[in-house]
Amino acid sequence: MTILSSGPTTSLVPAAPVAPVEPAGETVSFTVDGIETEVPKGTLVIRAAEQLGIQIPRFCDHPLLAPAGACRQCLVEVWAPGRDGKLAKMPKPQASCTLEATPGMQVKTQHTSPEADKAQHGVMELLLINHPLDCPVCDKGGECPLQNQAMSNGRASTRFVDVKRTFPKPIAISTQILLDRERCILCQRCTRFSEEIAGDVFIDLQKRGANQQIGTFDTSVLGFVGDAPLGASAEDTSGRPFASYFSGNTVQICPVGALTSAAYRFRSRPFDLVSTPGVAEHDAQGSAIRIDHRRGVVLRRLAGEDPTVNQEWITDKDRFAFTWQSAPDRITTPLVRNAAGELEPASWVEALDVAAAGLQAAQQPDDPRDTAVGVAVLPGGRLTLEDAYAYGKFARVALGTNDVDGRARPHSAEEEAFLGHHVAGRTLDVTFADLDRAPAVLLVGLEAEEEAGIAFLRLRDAVVHRKVRVLSVAALASRGLERLSGTLLPAAPGTEAEVLDGIGTDPSLAATAELLGSAGALVLVGERLAGVPGGFSAAVRLAQRTGARLAWVPRRVGERSAVEAGLLPSLLPGGRPVADSAARVDLAAAWGIDHVPSETGRSTSEILAAAHAGLLGGLVVGGLELADLPDPALAREALDRVPFLVSLEVRQSEVTDRADVVLPVAPPTEKSGTFVTWEGRPRPFPQALSSHAMADHRVLDRLADALGVELGLQTLEAVHAELDQLGGWDGARVGAPDVPASEPPVVAPGSAVLATWHLLLDGGRLQSGEQFLAGTAKRPVARISAGTAAAVGVQDGAGLSVSTDAGTLTLPAVVTEMPDHVVWLPTNAAGAGVRDALHVDAGAVVRLAPGPRTVEARS
Amino acid sequence: MATTLTPVLTDTWDADRSWSLATYEDAGGYRGLRRALGMQAGDVVTMVKDSGLRGRGGAGFPTGMKWGFLPAPDGGPRYLVVNADESEPGTCKDTPLMMASPQLLIEGMIITSYAIGCHHAFLYVRGEILHVYRRLLHAIEEARAAGYLGTDILGSGFDLEITLHSGAGAYICGEETALLDSLEGLRGQPRLKPPFPAVAGLYARPTVVNNVESIASVPSIVQGGSDWFKSMGTERSSGYGLFSLSGHVTRPGQYEAPLGITLRELLEMAGGIREGHQLKFWTPGGSSTPIFTAEHLDVPLDYESVGAAGSMLGTRALQIFDETTSVVRAVTRWTEFYKHESCGKCTPCREGTYWLTQVLQRIEAGQGTLADIDLLLDLCDNILGKAFCALGDGATSPITSAVQYFRDEFVAGTHTPADVLFPPEHSSLFSYTPKHTLVGVHA
Repeated sequence: MTILSSGPTTSLVPAAPVAPVEPAGETVSFTVDGIETEVPKGTLVIRAAEQLGIQIPRFCDHPLLAPAGACRQCLVEVWAPGRDGKLAKMPKPQASCTLEATPGMQVKTQHTSPEADKAQHGVMELLLINHPLDCPVCDKGGECPLQNQAMSNGRASTRFVDVKRTFPKPIAISTQILLDRERCILCQRCTRFSEEIAGDVFIDLQKRGANQQIGTFDTSVLGFVGDAPLGASAEDTSGRPFASYFSGNTVQICPVGALTSAAYRFRSRPFDLVSTPGVAEHDAQGSAIRIDHRRGVVLRRLAGEDPTVNQEWITDKDRFAFTWQSAPDRITTPLVRNAAGELEPASWVEALDVAAAGLQAAQQPDDPRDTAVGVAVLPGGRLTLEDAYAYGKFARVALGTNDVDGRARPHSAEEEAFLGHHVAGRTLDVTFADLDRAPAVLLVGLEAEEEAGIAFLRLRDAVVHRKVRVLSVAALASRGLERLSGTLLPAAPGTEAEVLDGIGTDPSLAATAELLGSAGALVLVGERLAGVPGGFSAAVRLAQRTGARLAWVPRRVGERSAVEAGLLPSLLPGGRPVADSAARVDLAAAWGIDHVPSETGRSTSEILAAAHAGLLGGLVVGGLELADLPDPALAREALDRVPFLVSLEVRQSEVTDRADVVLPVAPPTEKSGTFVTWEGRPRPFPQALSSHAMADHRVLDRLADALGVELGLQTLEAVHAELDQLGGWDGARVGAPDVPASEPPVVAPGSAVLATWHLLLDGGRLQSGEQFLAGTAKRPVARISAGTAAAVGVQDGAGLSVSTDAGTLTLPAVVTEMPDHVVWLPTNAAGAGVRDALHVDAGAVVRLAPGPRTVEARS
Repeated sequence: MATTLTPVLTDTWDADRSWSLATYEDAGGYRGLRRALGMQAGDVVTMVKDSGLRGRGGAGFPTGMKWGFLPAPDGGPRYLVVNADESEPGTCKDTPLMMASPQLLIEGMIITSYAIGCHHAFLYVRGEILHVYRRLLHAIEEARAAGYLGTDILGSGFDLEITLHSGAGAYICGEETALLDSLEGLRGQPRLKPPFPAVAGLYARPTVVNNVESIASVPSIVQGGSDWFKSMGTERSSGYGLFSLSGHVTRPGQYEAPLGITLRELLEMAGGIREGHQLKFWTPGGSSTPIFTAEHLDVPLDYESVGAAGSMLGTRALQIFDETTSVVRAVTRWTEFYKHESCGKCTPCREGTYWLTQVLQRIEAGQGTLADIDLLLDLCDNILGKAFCALGDGATSPITSAVQYFRDEFVAGTHTPADVLFPPEHSSLFSYTPKHTLVGVHA
């Protein structure tokens, strides 16, 4: 490998910079237990005490929730200077979780004040009188703030000899979240979370006094028609719950064992668990998680704490969807298709040899007239940076081709140009912190709650606390947008570019233009914009016109890794354009090869089309779901026809069925690696479980070895060393896309334009095996306007059939405020995948017809 | 000098159809409003401040000072909210006032609104008193028809609308911030203070929350002047107030008298304790105030003197109990009330009242222990001053004071049921047979 004489000036994916220290504002000096301290004005006494290492017991207090002062556990004695300047004792002990420090205040905690100590002991005794002594069977036992603080700040014995309050147990708030009310100490953390953070108030306080309890509501009362959960949940006494994507956080912040998850309930004891930090693999948000495992089995995942990314929250998908990694269909050994056409287990040596021979034959067929020549790589969209880099290098070095594309979804050449021009190499250009500070955020082709859960929570926090204005260019205002107090700029699918071009020119969008013109405004575009001709071009123009900063927020965890690692047919690692000879020379030098292929490769669709037409000799496929591709039927046929197919997979899939050689790879818990967030922030994670499974980069290194090529990517350290050495690119970038907006399609009577996006919880492969989570998914519905419904002759709630020449989907119709002649469907609801059934995506014209009279939601 | 009654608020209660606007106007009603509208708003505030009027809802905070806490007008709305959620055991002054003289309250609300710059006032009435709600609704309609409400009131250019709101039956909504939450359509639970209602009250706007009787006192102050008002009562507890005598008294009812009158004087007016019986204990200001005994007959009923004697003037709800009453039973009933009405927000009140009730019920049944008495006192200590709002504090007052004055009765509760020591039928005004049966060895 050639060592560059002068090292790279930038790294490929630089580590996130340390957050700048905010300039200190006004401060306050006061004492806690006689220790003088200086804190910013407005600091709560309980926080200031923490910083001094003084732990005041507490339950309702949570740093990310507004103070409540409900549990009264954190009472302290307070002396404060009066109007005359003389220090005077406050007549009552004060709740330190609601009390702001003031100059000259003297706080005495349980350590120095017998009064505070007695008050805390008194409250603790009262909390315990109605709390069951079921710690030995309670999931929280061993990690329970009530248990711990009862030991540290409670009486040794109770004086309560009377009748305890009991409840039938448990209430199923959803299929996933269970509530044992007798354990509840009514701290309201869960209700405050659902109100203040998630904004989906699925539980609240009910009744009063000693009968006060947390309960659920009838969804029909609250008007959540259409957003009811998929799972059975209507059986409890207080009404049905509805779908929340963040409900698992309430389990984690519950300071007692009142809220538990069905998935973890009665499964384990905290002291038997080994915890490993991790990063969630379900989206490009990069949420910090904690993986708790016991003897090689993951039992639960918790939110990790990372103020710069997910604070302390994660989506339910990140929390509960982990069983896919240990599903029964895991591939544990290499598989080779035998003469009978059946896959059979093989040794690594044999499998790699067969794969290498097949790939070589595909590159150089025996018969020179064979049109099926060359090998392409479709690595899928869920890769770590290291694995993505390995796929790219494998394609270019071992296979000598730029036919590699990490986009396993609808895509376009315009998008590719946008990614090369605007995204690649521009890491941490826009970050989560910018969402907090922005005066206005425009979402285009991005349904934040469904596709970017943490960005949604951070936006909501900004909306609630800093009056950030959220605008969305979409076909309809979702509940998620409503909870962001967002403004909808309605756009039928395919006309988004028109709306974007109208901002700043169309007088009716003058207010939006003004908002986006204010300093710090952001435009967040989603991956779905790839399906809109001219969409990315219009977004770039909009950003230039208004000065708003533009960021790409893809859905899948590996999307940004793929862009940075050069998993695009026209893009090399670090944003180096394939078309740029200097970039190719730079990369060839770093890789120690003569030259990097100069011909721009083929995109995912082009690769599949080539394979379908018999113009491709072989394919190396990573974790790819054929149903995710723009035309799954064509993809299936393409893979059937490609002469040689190598699959690197965690679990059996449709690709496995068609593969000639299957090489098992490790899921995230069984390897180390680095996910890259939509911001371009590296999120390294360690290996949680010991395993024989190998990461993709290691398998590719060995496959290259079998091909006689040394990739030098056998270990993570080697990959990192190479990434560090390679560094970023400061040369010319790919030019900005400039594609004109297309004319909206003509919609004939009985037809409509399809609008669709992925729901967070749906039929996705990484959610399989988690039935409790699946029950909280939103019930799949078809949304149409009242006008469209009338024209089609469908009533609200009745079945609506949506069809193309490829097939028909029938879902309950929900009349929604949205443009006429548009129908919205969830992209991949369980058993109702749009691409799979209709072979089309957003923007296509589909036929509408009344469906069967009664349609039951699938479960 | 013997104190005499000073009927101001109650002046027209005996008139024919006293609640009608015509009767009210005949008796000089709305003269205070006319005078106020001729004054600068600030002068009205100053006048009420000078009068020394203190909140009649129990806490006794100077009313004019409360008005003065509102920040300077910023162009946004400011609200007056009248607290008519009268629901404490024994307290029964606002309900008859609103029944007999609703126009007085409305006039007070108009003057107060004018003084504080409010154009939309709210009247939050206890949900259970539907008859009062109806009467107030009718009275507001009458006042509106006569031009006292609406736009350009009496040609002054001042606009005011009154919204009458009925509660849903929770004692906690008498706490001003819980009332505001309830009025906003939320769960009635007290809010964290600060911010205080004067800064961010109803719909987060500057808000004055006053008791019915405080507001009803305003027209007479404006009409009579602050000096006239101060000529009654004591130096720091000026003016008059309704004293609600109930229980074992010959003529129970509302007695309007200057603050500083004694129970001895009031009892003389009310015909004394019911015949053949003696005073045992009494509450000076409702069940939340520590009880008094016969030794306190001469305590002047003003804020300072009652406080110095170890209780609170509260709402001047004088519940009189004679020697037939079991203090244990009375205290247990009150505690059951607090348990029932605790909103549940904070631990000490929610759990404390739950526990206290069980201990007291044991003692009432004659099955307590001596340790239970100490437990009661210690629990009260663990609740008093630790709860989120004053409801928890109020729940402990009758218990600690009852143990202080009648510890023997609690000790008796370790062996004899209260209804054996004090048969309930002896306490009743009418002969009746208790429904419940005796328990334990006494059955």
